[in-house]
Amino acid sequence: MAEPVIKIQVQHADFDLNDEIRQLTAGRHDIGAVVSFSGLCRDEDGTLAALELEHYPGMAEAEIRRIAEQACKRWPLAALVAIHRHGKILPGENIVAVIAASKHRQAAFDGANYLMDFLKTRAPFWKKEHPKSNTEGEWVSASDSDDSALNKWD
Amino acid sequence: MKILYFAWIKERVGFGEEDIDLPAEVKTIDNLFTWLRGRGEEFEAFLEQPDIIRVALDQVHAPERDTSLAGVREIALFPPMTGG
Repeated sequence: MAEPVIKIQVQHADFDLNDEIRQLTAGRHDIGAVVSFSGLCRDEDGTLAALELEHYPGMAEAEIRRIAEQACKRWPLAALVAIHRHGKILPGENIVAVIAASKHRQAAFDGANYLMDFLKTRAPFWKKEHPKSNTEGEWVSASDSDDSALNKWD
Repeated sequence: MKILYFAWIKERVGFGEEDIDLPAEVKTIDNLFTWLRGRGEEFEAFLEQPDIIRVALDQVHAPERDTSLAGVREIALFPPMTGG
């Protein structure tokens, strides 16, 4: 099998999931399955004005790449893409996308799921919520369910 | 040594980055925490719960507090991550 294609992007700009999938599969006849996940900014029942995402430039890309490389060792993936936005993000906008491609569906499902689980707890990003009622904003606390989500990969 | 602070730690310290000559006795992450506490209230405040502070050395997670700082060029201190 050819070396898996890994593409990691950390950017403020929005992305188009369909464009990314098209680029990934263009000219390839060995891919039989593509699984994509996108994470969007919720408005928290109308109370949230915006999210602000801080990141650690350099390490953010490097850490996601390390996770992607682990995923490629574990499953026979043809390609793995992760795009994570930073800066101010409004309700309804994209925050993150993960796309996994493989010959058969199970590797693509598992690869995408694994990358997202580890990205959430290991990639250096921090969310600050700016509620409509309070311009100061508040840092989001890390969730125990995100930590325990990792247990299924032991 | 370059030290970086992120998220609410950066806000408490008042800046995100500094270049500093660490004293020779600061050999591990534990030593660094002890030394930082002596630098003022803002450092003491964020180190009140040292167990929740995450550390990266040269952009790689360093979960053990007795990890040596020898040869390290960049240390980052940050809260648990909340991306994705």
